[in-house]
Amino acid sequence: MIEFIVGHYAYWFTLVILLLGLYGMLKKKNLIKKLIAMNILQASVIMFYVTSASKWNATVPIIDSSHPATNPDLVANPLPHTLMLTAIVVSVATTGVAFAILILIYRRFKTLDEPELLERME
Amino acid sequence: MISNNIPVLIPITFLVTAFFIVLFGQFRRAVAFPLAILGTTFALFVSLSGLVKVTTSGTIHYHLGGWVPPIGIEYVLDPLSAFIASVVCGVGLLVLIYSYSSVKFELPAKIVPFYGIAMLLLAGLTGIVVTGDLFNLYVFIEISALSSYAIVAVGEKKAPVAAFRYLLVGTIGATFYLLGLGFIYLLTGSLNMADVAKILTVTPVNPALVTGAVLMIVGLGLKMALFPMHGWLPDAYTYAPSAGSAILAPIGNKVFAYALIRILLFVFNKDFIRMELPVLDVLLWLSSAGILYGSIMAMAQNELKRMLAYSSVAQIGYIGLGIGMGNMLGFIGAILHIINHATMKATLFLVAGNLRYKIGHSSIDQLDGTIRKKMPLTSAAFAISALSMIGIPPTAGFFSKWYLALAGIERSQWIFVVVILLSSLLNAVYFFKVLERMYLQSANYKEGTYSKTIHKDEVPASMLIPTIIFAVMVVLLGLINAYIVKYIMTMAPSGL
Amino acid sequence: MTGIETYTSYIPLYAVLVSLFVVPLIILSSRNPNLREFWTVLAAVIKFLLVLSLVPSVFFQNKYAVIDILEISPGLSLSLKVDQFGLFFAIVASGLWILTSVYSIGYMRGLNEHKQTRYFASFAVCLSATMGVAFSANLLTFLIFYETLTIATYPLVIHKETQEAISAGRKYLAFTLSAGAVLLGAISWLYIRTGNINFTPGGIYSNLANFNGVDKIIFILFLCGVGVKSAIIPLHSWLPTAMIAPTPVSALLHAVAVVKSGVFGVVRVIGFVFGPYFMIQTGMNNVVIVVASLTIILASLLAFAQNNLKRLLAYSTIGHLSYIVLGAGLLTPSSFTGGILHLLNHATLKITLFFCAGAIYVVHHKENISDIDGIGKAMPLTMTAFTIGALGLIGIPPLNGFISKWVLGYGAVEGGKIIALAVLLLSGLLNAGYFVPIIYRAFFKSSNEFGKYKEASLLMLVPLILTALVSVLIGAFPKLMFGLYDVAMSISNLVLRGVWR
Repeated sequence: MIEFIVGHYAYWFTLVILLLGLYGMLKKKNLIKKLIAMNILQASVIMFYVTSASKWNATVPIIDSSHPATNPDLVANPLPHTLMLTAIVVSVATTGVAFAILILIYRRFKTLDEPELLERME
Repeated sequence: MISNNIPVLIPITFLVTAFFIVLFGQFRRAVAFPLAILGTTFALFVSLSGLVKVTTSGTIHYHLGGWVPPIGIEYVLDPLSAFIASVVCGVGLLVLIYSYSSVKFELPAKIVPFYGIAMLLLAGLTGIVVTGDLFNLYVFIEISALSSYAIVAVGEKKAPVAAFRYLLVGTIGATFYLLGLGFIYLLTGSLNMADVAKILTVTPVNPALVTGAVLMIVGLGLKMALFPMHGWLPDAYTYAPSAGSAILAPIGNKVFAYALIRILLFVFNKDFIRMELPVLDVLLWLSSAGILYGSIMAMAQNELKRMLAYSSVAQIGYIGLGIGMGNMLGFIGAILHIINHATMKATLFLVAGNLRYKIGHSSIDQLDGTIRKKMPLTSAAFAISALSMIGIPPTAGFFSKWYLALAGIERSQWIFVVVILLSSLLNAVYFFKVLERMYLQSANYKEGTYSKTIHKDEVPASMLIPTIIFAVMVVLLGLINAYIVKYIMTMAPSGL
Repeated sequence: MTGIETYTSYIPLYAVLVSLFVVPLIILSSRNPNLREFWTVLAAVIKFLLVLSLVPSVFFQNKYAVIDILEISPGLSLSLKVDQFGLFFAIVASGLWILTSVYSIGYMRGLNEHKQTRYFASFAVCLSATMGVAFSANLLTFLIFYETLTIATYPLVIHKETQEAISAGRKYLAFTLSAGAVLLGAISWLYIRTGNINFTPGGIYSNLANFNGVDKIIFILFLCGVGVKSAIIPLHSWLPTAMIAPTPVSALLHAVAVVKSGVFGVVRVIGFVFGPYFMIQTGMNNVVIVVASLTIILASLLAFAQNNLKRLLAYSTIGHLSYIVLGAGLLTPSSFTGGILHLLNHATLKITLFFCAGAIYVVHHKENISDIDGIGKAMPLTMTAFTIGALGLIGIPPLNGFISKWVLGYGAVEGGKIIALAVLLLSGLLNAGYFVPIIYRAFFKSSNEFGKYKEASLLMLVPLILTALVSVLIGAFPKLMFGLYDVAMSISNLVLRGVWR
């Protein structure tokens, strides 16, 4: 049991971050804080993938003449890294759109605090 | 036309068109609309020829960049995806034609960005449909998601708030999907749908598989507005601009239902989803709850678009119910309802847009007989679609219910059959509320200008013709449903 | 059964479509009432002629006209098949439509009613749907036309557009749409269970080896589904409320098209879906007999309490519809024959009565029985026709009502269900109880109001005289009209073959 938790500490870490992100999105009242929590959520998934790509005693997946790539076990899995590059881009784009919307909200309602916002909308 | 390229041509067309709209739109704003129509027509043409090709010669595979799957990304056009892609492009085209006047009226300053983003949205949606790679699916999900957030945000006063909430929930959904995908990847080592399906047949069931599956399904459910993850939908569809909700409502969430079908029925092992992880049963219960909840909430609404939004939640429930039944009849019912509901909802939202265009609002309380005198064709289109939603034969809506009822009875799932039949009556309540106002209340005369006749003052042809086409399709789809169903039976996965 | 052939013919399809085709013409002629009415009557006449043209082959040569219109679900078609029963109903409906169209013109113009275009257009669609119901070859086709009938009759029920009319319409829809949903469930269940939803004389179930409790539930569902339109108690309460509609609507639809579609459905379900063998084995026939008997008695009793003439006629209709249900439920040759005959007889008699009620309303603006003392002086022709209609329903020879009652009674004795005979006799007395006072008051009480002669216009008068005359004719010479009795007998033979010893 302990072995299970300690052996996978990196994944537990990402789980904690994920839960933090979710908690923030639900509980925080300021819209910008919700957005930050969303970023944390996305970051946790990115960390999950990157962690899963690592291997014991593995090195970066770059082919170099001095390190002929013969044994895949000594090279970290590059695929999740590339996938996460895409995911990071997606996260950035989403944040950009979110900020644009937030600016629009602020200009219209002059507040970014959710309870006040709900009041002002009526 | 190199037919092997058809799968990728569909999303690419939209992407390229979006690029050109934004580029040339900087110089001449008038060029946005024609380019959008051109692009969508071309994409529709490609999808239809793909549909024809697929029925005659079989599935088309396209390897992106020439890399062979499972290493490379693959786009697949099989009968199911060709069908859904054609539906998306067809509905998209009609709605875009409609949007010309509506956008000029509601968002005059934002014509170029609107069409650009609409193109991106269609690119994302069609990409989801044709892709054969699970991560590529995520990318297209996000493309369509970002575009839909933007489309919702340019609506009326409360739209940005609705858009922001939609953004938060949608991102959670996509992120969950991504996380689930991570688990599946780690278990199978592949991202290609067909490959994963093969590998999963020999993978023993373990917690990672279960977690991955659940996360993916919850993620897609969030985007699909499956109860109880539908909370973003009413606000988003209500406050979006009329043309925006006209694009989003008919096709925006169906495509995620398609993705769910793909993943549940084509990727996962059929025993897995029935026994180890009774997803289908859960889907049945959630969908029924969604049907009842959506219908009941719709009855309480005073604003037409909001009522239609809740109605959409209920209708997505039908599709979920069809998937959850897990037999061929359920599959038929679900796919048929995708196209039926797309047509019906498109008509209804277009009517709501027509109302906003002509009388400035779509509030039910303020409707009266003026509408049917002023806009007889629009009212007739609404009536036909309403009858179809209630399930009066021979319109399309009846046949969705027919197949779903047959599916439920075949599986002896009596409760769900009762839910399906009961929902028709609930639908009747809220649709007749509007119909009574339109047809039975006498027209109000504005004070001071007592005129005996209210002149016909319909919306412009570019808005009227798509509305009428959709209304006619509602009846037509009902009459020819046997041919559609026979086609659907060819695209069913094995094991149903 | 020996010698039933089928041949493909487009005539049934044309019969259904002719009034649909006329609907755009009616709408376009809305500014020209004479032209618009011309279309209606023309369509009615053409329809009747088309239906009549099928008589030689169907009634005399045992050849059914069939046509598969299109495939509506894999393995199932939207099909029409004209058998004796369907043609019988179609003749009744289309023949009476001609008279009702003429009558409607008189009524609408007499009252200067609003929304006449919508009225005539909806009427035309209703008749198409009724033809479709009559000619349906399978349950899915039946359901499609049945539901269309529901929707098409709605604009007619709410015609007046008053608050009362609108809530009557809502009640009507609530009942009939629920029935439609139940029917959909029942039909799909039957389809999954037996794989066959074609109307088969003697029943689909006659081919099945065994049936169990599930089938009983399916039958009950079917009975509820068609029972709403047949106004069996407790599913009847929409009918009196729907009397708010204009009288021609009540006359044709609620005495002929809608409710007769309902009992047509009941007979189809009992005789052509479930079959006598199933019914007797499972005891469902007793359920039907009990429900029908209760309906007859209760409806007749409730009719006593009505002061509004149309509501009284509505309750009388509820009672008489269950004569037909009772006949079907008794499952003897005579009872079945009697029930089918009563479909025609009650139609002509009731329509006469409704026509009279409408004439009274248009000319003197009276709706209640308490207001029409002495009206016989002012409207002798109308009230004579009314008397004929009433006497027919009570069951006095030589009117046609007597014949169907007699045959039904004989059937009750044949089947050994004396209680049904008692119900019929009692109901005859009750009918007399509520009709005779009206006749008495109309002719033998004097009042100051109705002094001089003031009959309805010819457009209304002629149809009601004609329907009364038809009732007398059928009663006096039943074999005259295409051997109606023989037709009904042959239908019941088809259904009951092999079961009745």
